[in-house]
Amino acid sequence: METLVFISQNLDLIFERTVQHMSIVCVAIGLAIVTGVPVGILITLNQKAADIVLYIAAIIITIPSIALFGLMIPVLSLIGQGVGYMPAVIAVLLYSQLPIIRNTYTAITNVDPALREAARGLGMTPIQRLRRVEIPLAIPVVMAGVRIAVVMNIGITAIATYIGAGGLGAFISRGISQSDPRQLITGALMVSLLAIVSDYFLLWLQKRLTPASSSAPAGGH
Amino acid sequence: MIKLEKLSKIFETPNGGTVMAADKVSLEVAKGEICVLLGPSGCGKTTTLKMINGLIPKTSGKIHVAGRDTDTIDPVELRRSIGYVIQQIGLFPNMTIEDNICIVPDLLGWERSKARKRAAELLDLVNLDPSIFLKRFPKELSGGQQQRVGVIRALAADPPVLLMDEPFGAIDPINRAVIQDEFLRMQTELRKTIAFVSHDIDEAIKMADKIAIFRDGKLEQFDSPDDLLARPANDFIASFLGSDRTLKRLSLLKVSDVMLSGRIRVSAQDDVATARDMMKEAGHKNIVMVGPRGRARGYLHLNDVVEASGTVEEHYQALPTTVNVDADLRTAVSRMFRHDMTWMACVDDDGFFKGFITQRAISHQLGATYRDTPTEGLT
Repeated sequence: METLVFISQNLDLIFERTVQHMSIVCVAIGLAIVTGVPVGILITLNQKAADIVLYIAAIIITIPSIALFGLMIPVLSLIGQGVGYMPAVIAVLLYSQLPIIRNTYTAITNVDPALREAARGLGMTPIQRLRRVEIPLAIPVVMAGVRIAVVMNIGITAIATYIGAGGLGAFISRGISQSDPRQLITGALMVSLLAIVSDYFLLWLQKRLTPASSSAPAGGH
Repeated sequence: MIKLEKLSKIFETPNGGTVMAADKVSLEVAKGEICVLLGPSGCGKTTTLKMINGLIPKTSGKIHVAGRDTDTIDPVELRRSIGYVIQQIGLFPNMTIEDNICIVPDLLGWERSKARKRAAELLDLVNLDPSIFLKRFPKELSGGQQQRVGVIRALAADPPVLLMDEPFGAIDPINRAVIQDEFLRMQTELRKTIAFVSHDIDEAIKMADKIAIFRDGKLEQFDSPDDLLARPANDFIASFLGSDRTLKRLSLLKVSDVMLSGRIRVSAQDDVATARDMMKEAGHKNIVMVGPRGRARGYLHLNDVVEASGTVEEHYQALPTTVNVDADLRTAVSRMFRHDMTWMACVDDDGFFKGFITQRAISHQLGATYRDTPTEGLT
């Protein structure tokens, strides 16, 4: 009850921090798609490169977020950005690489070899093959990777409040330091809610972007 | 139209060895002909096919398609000028049937409306209603329908040459026969030059103008189906064609090829004695009775009417079965066996009596090829 009162009295603040939170996640994921998808496509050309890239991405994701923020402070301090928005975005960007690169890579390599052969045999250039066949078929799997990255990073961004990036994590950290369960619960509630809503939104988007055939039942009319 | 000269392909195996997948293959497919590349798996037939459109780079030799050396053509341009059909069909699931058919015209930069119109025409050609199928996705079609689309996709830009890699291999036997017949009907009109990979001897006999038999990368024999079945060049080919290869020739011959003239005939009002004399004179045991306009109505058997008198009408028996003059001998022989007959009356599409075939004439025809070659007679 107390929490509900707190929420109703602080709607403006909650809104502001939600926007802050989402701006970190959205900017970072946007950058991660722009970088990760091409990397995922490029490494399909070379097995060795693929192994190395996926290995590095897997290592990054195992670094605890709080440690990653700590590690970035001295590095980014060199350009005066040791704390705040930028390290948060970079951390989310790094954590997003694995799901996005790996899903892109898997999706492209799993395109039916018969389709690839048909595309070559009909006279498509490698670029045309990628653009007309492989990428459209890969979209659902790439989107699944994006969903994983978004949901995971909404959680990670909550910790970025410790390096002064703001966001919904601020409620949680203050709730802990001030022993205020109202703030703590509000923060946790909002983070979960944001993750769930984003997940459903992306699921909807994924279906919209999936070529019609894949969602049509076999033999249906 | 397609000419291969000493075409070879050497693959390197992971452990450093080499495999000769194609070994100095030379053959020529004339314009408008279907050449079936036949052989057991791993014999080099598919490798040879895929070298023609450059999907597998050749190690040495020359390939000419439509008079042009393929070395002088950009591989992408080459492939767009050659139709290509594969066993797995390979329709793109993210595109409608219409877009699938229009791939090559689109790649060639055809005007969109022209390409779309072509897609509808082609669907009509294989008896798929364009108003239903153009906007569907491949998954919504049956296997047979998909393969029809696979074939017309290869024909979309009207290439003179078609490469087909076991195109009907994944289709159930009943549908396969239907699609093969459909395809042959299309081919009589389109006259494409076709290289066709198959491992099915019956399919090869049915489809081919020429058959190229491969073993271990080598072209073992290149001949018409009938010559191949009549005179296999060696024991491998003979065993690959099967011990019943002479019977397989039956499907290559038409009833009209072995039919004896139907000049000798009687009508219902003729005297039995006349019929008897005609049979004796011709040395026949049977004579066909025709109706007033010449339709086959029945027959007389000599032994039944030795003592008989009166008209033919009073003594004739119904014909147990007849065969169309355009049917193949396999059908005819099968029908003869079923009715336990040694001869059969042949009729045209309207039932008019044209002549008759005998088991003797058929075996004579099948044996004729062997008698022509003295060496064959000794073995």
